[in-house]
Amino acid sequence: MPINATQKITLKLVVAAIGMFVFAVFLMPPLYDVFCELTGIGGKTKGQYEGAAVAVDVEREIKIQFVATNNGAMPWEFSPLDYQIRVHPGEKTAVEFYAKNPTSRDMVAQAIPNITPNNAAEFFHKTECFCFNKQELKAGEEANMGLVFIVDPKLPASVTTITLSYTLFDVTEATAAEVATTN
Amino acid sequence: MAHGPAKGIGRWLFATNHKDIGTMYLWFSFSMFLLGGAFAMIIRAELFAPGMQLIKPEFFNQMTTMHGLIMVFGAIMPSFVGLANWMIPLQIGAPDMALPRMNNLSFWILPFGFALLASTLFMEGGAPNFGWTFYAPLSTTYAPDTVNFFIFGVHIIGASSIMGSINIIATVLNLRAPGMTMMKLPLFVWTWLITAFLLVAVMPVLAGAVTMMLMDINFGTSFFDAAGGGDPVLFQHIFWFFGHPEVYIIILPAFGVISEIIPTFSRKPLFGYSSMVYATSAIAFLSFIVWAHHMFTTGMPIAGELYFMYATMLIAVPTGVKVFNWITTMFKGSLTFETPMLFAIAVVILFTFGGFTGLMLAVAPADIQYHDSYFVVGHFHYVMVAGAVFSMSGAIYYWLPKWSGKMYDETMGKVQFWVAFVGFNIAFIPQHFLGLAGMPRRYADYALQFSDWNMVSSIGAFMYGAAQLMFLYNVVRTIVAGKPTSEEKTWEGAQGLEWTLPTPAPFHTFSTPPEVK
Repeated sequence: MPINATQKITLKLVVAAIGMFVFAVFLMPPLYDVFCELTGIGGKTKGQYEGAAVAVDVEREIKIQFVATNNGAMPWEFSPLDYQIRVHPGEKTAVEFYAKNPTSRDMVAQAIPNITPNNAAEFFHKTECFCFNKQELKAGEEANMGLVFIVDPKLPASVTTITLSYTLFDVTEATAAEVATTN
Repeated sequence: MAHGPAKGIGRWLFATNHKDIGTMYLWFSFSMFLLGGAFAMIIRAELFAPGMQLIKPEFFNQMTTMHGLIMVFGAIMPSFVGLANWMIPLQIGAPDMALPRMNNLSFWILPFGFALLASTLFMEGGAPNFGWTFYAPLSTTYAPDTVNFFIFGVHIIGASSIMGSINIIATVLNLRAPGMTMMKLPLFVWTWLITAFLLVAVMPVLAGAVTMMLMDINFGTSFFDAAGGGDPVLFQHIFWFFGHPEVYIIILPAFGVISEIIPTFSRKPLFGYSSMVYATSAIAFLSFIVWAHHMFTTGMPIAGELYFMYATMLIAVPTGVKVFNWITTMFKGSLTFETPMLFAIAVVILFTFGGFTGLMLAVAPADIQYHDSYFVVGHFHYVMVAGAVFSMSGAIYYWLPKWSGKMYDETMGKVQFWVAFVGFNIAFIPQHFLGLAGMPRRYADYALQFSDWNMVSSIGAFMYGAAQLMFLYNVVRTIVAGKPTSEEKTWEGAQGLEWTLPTPAPFHTFSTPPEVK
């Protein structure tokens, strides 16, 4: 079927509109993640660190602060055992967070980390973290959750304090739904 | 050839004539304008005095949300589509729009979209209450169940907008009369052509944003949910990637209208026609790369804040070119001040005022203070209302005699203008003061020290509301009992193809294309 000029431009514009929809839904979110990861914007930390051990820089001392927050109506007790510690860059350090499910039902939680200042995010390496997995606590159960980290000696000299914040989300329902669909 | 309009309701249901569809768009958008205006009156009545008097805070939130959504998507956007339907074929010498049946569809899905949206007012849980910018997770995790109606409503409204824009682009590119080259197009056509491209580019992004909300709410995805690895700030990026071009979608056709009215009543050709075209294109381009100036408080790196601050300020340059051209067009012209001209001059003055407060907001460190305060509310009402709505009122007075063959009452028109102008300024100037003093937007109540200016603002808002009822009266009275006119050129200084047609404009025009020299 021969198409005239109006049909041609209409077709092009419809394709452009669909293209923009696809761009918004399928490209913008992953591009945003990549952009944030490359630039460290948003203070998102990377996943598990598997780099080689580095020399400890004993000359320098970094203050690390821990913040634990419950999201929304999350009822758990959640706090770091130490609120503030000092570490040398390159030194492997282990700390623990305390969590208790005071309710009478079994719950699942997910902790989401965030680093301040933003430009420290890519130099804060976690070799072990409770935030890599969902945490399950039975009714009334309590637990200490571990975190092992190394501050990269390449950390910019301007950074003397790093604040690591965890927000605890209630994902009980979402997890139950997942289990239901996979079974 | 002498094929008149069909009889009865079928004329409107199956309309393919650009004038009929334009008329329907205009009446529909005016009814939405009155509905959104009624919501605004409820908001201002509650804010007349501190404390809760008339409505509950939950309902107040629904009112601010619905007021914004209805005004942006239901009143301003469709009104300019209606104007485009009426005027673009007449101004480029085309017999009709390029895609008349799609035109019918794009209009007739609108009432259904807004019925979905407005029906939530009567449902359990109430209407959307998360603000017209519907930031996630407020609009996902914490939203009332009716949010799904809002989402599908936005889908329908977006589809209508996209179809309308495709139609306008196809018409302007393919149906121009012989000799009507691109650089001879009237500026209203030019601004709409550029607006239509903006719409095709960003309305799908809005559809994408609400689709992701739909998935997050109903299908367990985590686009905007931090617990599942998503990011609420991503929502703001996507929304404002749509939202910033959207404000130019609203204002560019208004610029086009002003660029038609001012030369007519200055009896001079528009100063700097080609610079107007380039300035419009520049504004359209810049609108895509400045979105994050709405997000200065989300915690951006300093480089990002600087970039978005300077890029935003850059928009003042092409906008300044436009204001300069309008003023220079008036300079040494034989000015007369009929109602359309009054509205046009008011737009130039008040829009420039709104542009300057926009520049203040663009300054990243200062924006931290202004953010989400009444200063922002004052700012965007100066550009949305005094920019878009004033120019729309001017456009109706300007072209209504050509459409209807009846002349409006000049005195009534001027009275309506002055009531609107004074009411508008009394309503919105104080909001700048309130914002600078620290009053946040979107609250149903406020601290006592904000009482006086809120009362003044409410009085102005009621006045401006009354002016719109006068406007309705003027339009209806003109159509029913206006003084008949058959002059081809309603206005002495008017230029352009539409003024070569008989008055009132016949049902079919330019069935044989005119020759443009």
